[in-house]
Amino acid sequence: MSVKLTTRQVGDVTVIDANGRITLGEGSTTFRELIKELLAAGNKKILINMADITYIDSSGIGELVSSYTTTTNAAGALKLLSLGKRVKDLLQITKLYTVFETFEDEAAAVGSFS
Amino acid sequence: MSDTVSGNSLIDHLLDSNLGSVDRAEEIVAEAATSMGFDEEDLHKIGIAIRECMVNAVAHGNRYSAKKKVRLQVWTDTGRLVVHIGDEGNGFEAVTVPDPLAQENLLKHSGRGLLMIQAFMDEFIVRKRDPAGTEVRLVKVLPPHKEF
Repeated sequence: MSVKLTTRQVGDVTVIDANGRITLGEGSTTFRELIKELLAAGNKKILINMADITYIDSSGIGELVSSYTTTTNAAGALKLLSLGKRVKDLLQITKLYTVFETFEDEAAAVGSFS
Repeated sequence: MSDTVSGNSLIDHLLDSNLGSVDRAEEIVAEAATSMGFDEEDLHKIGIAIRECMVNAVAHGNRYSAKKKVRLQVWTDTGRLVVHIGDEGNGFEAVTVPDPLAQENLLKHSGRGLLMIQAFMDEFIVRKRDPAGTEVRLVKVLPPHKEF
């Protein structure tokens, strides 16, 4: 199953609820397309809820990084919420925990943008 | 699609150079690893490693060529899962891949696959195939208390 992305607005923060697998050929480009749409519409505070991501490979990690750089280059901010153990492990292995700001609690995450 | 030869402990497939083969290889190895008794977390790690190697073989090695195959071999004996994945590409030198942990490379889109494979498997070797291509050898050791 490829990744399914739905968005909702919490104040001025756009929360992306991600569900499924982020792998090459299974939605790995879906993230960057959505991020570009959000930025074009002026939504520059983006929180990706990873709670229902079941699987992510290096292509998927690459998409998260591209989404992050695209957002920061547009003077926005992209943060991650509710990482599962496997995604946390991958961020540790790839040292990307030094790049991404991550949260366990949505209210705290949303509040961090202000 | 594939040519299969099965022996007592060897699974041998020739797979097409497409993303469907990536899924197929992951399924084949997962079935073998499950039968050995690997737990869910190890199965996940093995699956990621196989997927990364298959993407390298299909996309970077064989460049999705319909004329080129990826050979997948799996051994499941003596408490070890051993997987060989070989492509027919132009060859590959692991040392030429930029260090993905270097500060200047952290925000690059790609280049983390080998790092993830090394982190998830007990042994990972890249070697040239004769006459052409690249073969990787992956080994995952079954924890002693889980041996059947």
